[in-house]
Amino acid sequence: MTVMLEIKNLHTTVGGREILNGVNLTIRAGEVHAIMGPNGSGKSTLSYVLAGRDGYTPTQGSVTFQGRDLLALDPAERAAAGIFLGFQYPVEIPGISTMNFLRTALNAVRKARGEAELSAADFLKLVREKAKTLDMDPEMLKRSVNVGFSGGEKKRNEMLQMAMLQPRLAILDETDSGLDIDALKVVSHGINALRGPERSLLMITHYQRLLDYVVPDVVHVLAKGRIVKTGGKELALELEREGYAPYVGEAA
Amino acid sequence: MTAANPHETLEQIAGDYKYGFVTDIESELAPKGLNEDIIRFISDKKGEPAWLLDWRLKAYRHWLKMTEPTWAKVSYPDIDFQDIHYYAAPKRGKDGPKSLDEVDPELLATYEKLGIPLKERGILAGVAVDAVFDSVSVATTFKDKLKEAGVIFSSISEAVKEHPELVKKYLGSVVPYSDNFYATLNSAVFTDGTFVYVPKGVRCPMELSTYFRINEAKTGQFERTLIIAEEGSYVSYLEGCTAPMRDENQLHAAVVELVALDDAEIKYSTVQNWYPGDKQGRGGIYNFVTKRGACRGKRSKISWTQVETGSAITWKYPSCILQGDNSVGEFYSVAVTNNFQQADTGTKMIHIGRNTRSTIVSKGISAGRGQNTYRGLVRMLSGAEGARNHTQCDSLLIGDACGAHTVPYIEVKNPTAQVEHEATTSKISDDQLFYCRQRGLSAEEAVALIVNGFCKDVMLHLPMEFAVEAQKLLGVSLEGSVG
Ligand SMILES: Nc1ncnc2c1ncn2[C@@H]1O[C@H](COP(=O)(O)OP(=O)(O)OP(=O)(O)O)[C@@H](O)[C@H]1O
Ligand SMILES: [Mg+2]
Repeated sequence: MTVMLEIKNLHTTVGGREILNGVNLTIRAGEVHAIMGPNGSGKSTLSYVLAGRDGYTPTQGSVTFQGRDLLALDPAERAAAGIFLGFQYPVEIPGISTMNFLRTALNAVRKARGEAELSAADFLKLVREKAKTLDMDPEMLKRSVNVGFSGGEKKRNEMLQMAMLQPRLAILDETDSGLDIDALKVVSHGINALRGPERSLLMITHYQRLLDYVVPDVVHVLAKGRIVKTGGKELALELEREGYAPYVGEAA
Repeated sequence: MTAANPHETLEQIAGDYKYGFVTDIESELAPKGLNEDIIRFISDKKGEPAWLLDWRLKAYRHWLKMTEPTWAKVSYPDIDFQDIHYYAAPKRGKDGPKSLDEVDPELLATYEKLGIPLKERGILAGVAVDAVFDSVSVATTFKDKLKEAGVIFSSISEAVKEHPELVKKYLGSVVPYSDNFYATLNSAVFTDGTFVYVPKGVRCPMELSTYFRINEAKTGQFERTLIIAEEGSYVSYLEGCTAPMRDENQLHAAVVELVALDDAEIKYSTVQNWYPGDKQGRGGIYNFVTKRGACRGKRSKISWTQVETGSAITWKYPSCILQGDNSVGEFYSVAVTNNFQQADTGTKMIHIGRNTRSTIVSKGISAGRGQNTYRGLVRMLSGAEGARNHTQCDSLLIGDACGAHTVPYIEVKNPTAQVEHEATTSKISDDQLFYCRQRGLSAEEAVALIVNGFCKDVMLHLPMEFAVEAQKLLGVSLEGSVG
C-alpha cells in the first residue's frame, strides 16, 4: 500500500507553548486511523497543523502528503490536494446559504484540480443525493451555513461537505460528539461510504461507540503532544476500560 | 497555485482598480475657475432658457455666502474651487448624435471596456442606459421603446429643451437651490444628468440606468438627476460610476431628486465605484452628493439601495420625505472603506404623514485604515400619527487599523410614533476565514464570501442584472485586506 500521509518528528508551538512535541505517524492509502487522548493533549492542534491554519506552523519536523511537502501549501491548496477537516466546532457564516457555500467550495476545489465547474443542475442533483444519504432535509440547505443548527445538524453538515468534496484524507475531529444514537449510525454510514483503497481517514474521538461502526485499522494514543501508544482496534476497548492514566504518566 | 508571498499580493492588488484607464478623446473644456461668466458659458453651451440661467445664478450668488460643512467625520485638504474645470465635453458636431451609430467609436469602446456596452442587445438587453461622460450625456439607449410606453428617459439637457414645463415644475422642488453647500454649487454649475418621467399608471417596462464616467483631469462632475413617478406608476433606476486613476483628487457633487405621487413607487439603486485612491491614500474621487426623494402621494414608496465601494471620500445621505399618508421610505446601504477611504453616509427619514413607515438597513465594512461612519436621522413630526421606523445598523471590521462609527439622530414629536434602532459591530473571525479556506477558498475569496453574507439583506434589494456585479465588486474592493 502506498503512503498517504507521513508525519515525522512534528513540533508545534501555539501561543508560546509547545503543544506538539515530536509526533510521528504514517497513514497508508485505504487505512482508517483513530486518535484518542485526554482533553488538551493536542489532537485538534494536530488537525489544524495538517490543514494549515495560521498560527499553527510547525517549529520542527515534516509532513508529506501523497509524496508532496504538505507544509509548503496554503490551506486552500491543501483542500484541493484532498485534505478535508471535519471541525470539532463547525463555524457559522451568516447570510451565505449552505447550498451556496457547498457550491462555492466544490467549484473552488474543482477549479484548482483542473476540473470544470459543475452545472447548476448537476450540482443540485449531486447535493440532493448526498443529503439524502445523510438523512438531511434539503430545506436545511437553504439556511445560512451552520447558523442556528443544532450540534448534531452541524456535524451532519460537515459530513455533507465531505461527501461533496470527496477528499483523499479526511481528518474528522470529534465528528461523533453531540450526535444522538440514530445520527451516529447515519454519520458512520456516511464515513464508511467514503472508505476505499484510494482514501484514508484519521478520526479523532473520545468514544469507542463510533469505532463500533467505523472500524479502524490502527488506533493511536496522543498524550502531551506525542503519540505514546499505537495498536489495533482492541486498543480502543482497552482505553475505554482503563482510561489514560498509564500513558499520561509515561509521557511526563 | 503556489503559496503567494503576502506582500507581493498586496502590491499587485494596490493598483487593481479595473476602470482606471483614460480615454484619449478630444475634449472641449471651460477655462478653470468659477464665476458668473463660467455659468453663462455652461448655460449657453446647452442653449438653456433664461429661467434656468437665472436659477443657476441665484444658486451661485447664494453659494458665495455659504461655507463648506464640517460636521461629517471626514478630513481632506481644502478644495480650491477655482482650480476646477466646470465643463468638459467630448468634441462633436453641434447637434450631438441622433442615434448610437453617430456616437464616437472611441466612446463606445470606452463603455464596452467598462462592461456597459451601449448596444440594445447582449447582456444588458433588458436595461436602458444613459451614458454620461464628464459633463455631458453621450448616448441614451432604448428611447423609442420607452416612448411607446410613454416613459421619458433622456439627458436632463434634452429634457430642458423638450419638456421645459416638467423640468421647471420639479427641478429644485425636492432639493432647493439653497439646500447645502454642494447642492447649491451643483445647482449653479450642473452640466448634465438624467431625466425620467413615468406617466400615470405606467409600469416602466425595463430597468433604467445611468452610467457616469469621469475622464478628463482637473474637472468636476456635477450631474443632476430628476425622476418623477406619476400616480400609480413604477420605475426602477440604477446608476453606476467609475473614473480614471489619478494622483489628484476630483470632485463629484451630484444632486438627485425623486418625486413619487399617489401609489407610485421609485426604486433607486446605486453601485458606486469611483476611483478610491491608491493604497497610500493618494488621489480618488470626493463624492459629495445630495439625494432626496419626496413621497408626496398617499401610499407612495421610495426605496434607496446603495453599494458604495469607491471614492476617496463619500458624503451622502439619500433621504425620504414621507409626506403622503401611508407612504414608505426604505434605505438599504453597503459602504466599504479600504486603505485610506473615508465614508460618512446614511439617510434621513422625515415622517410627516400619518402611518408613514421607514426601514433602514446599513452595513458598513471597514478594512485597512478605512473610516466608516453611519449617520442617520429619523424625524417623526407631530402629524406623523402611527408612524414607524426600524433601523438596523451593522459594522464589520477587517483588521485593527480601521474604524466604524454610528451616529443616529432620533427626533419624535408624535407620541404614537415608534422608532427602533439596533446596532452591531463585529469582526471577520479567524475561525470563519480558516473554515472557508479549509474548504478550498483563497483568503480573498473567503473574505468576499463572508462580506457578501454580511451584506445579504442589502444585496437582495438590487436589481438582478446588477446583483452579481455588485457582489464581485465587494470582493475586489476588499482585496488585500487580509494578508
Ligand atoms: N491559542 C492558544 N494559546 C494557548 N494555548 C492554546 C492555544 N490553542 C490551544 N492551546 C492549548 O493547546 C492544548 C491542546 O489543545 P487541543 O485543542 O489541540 O486539545 P485536544 O486534544 O483537541 O482536546 P479536546 O479533547 O478537549 O478537544 C490545550 O492545552 C489548549 O489549551
Ligand atoms: Mg479537540
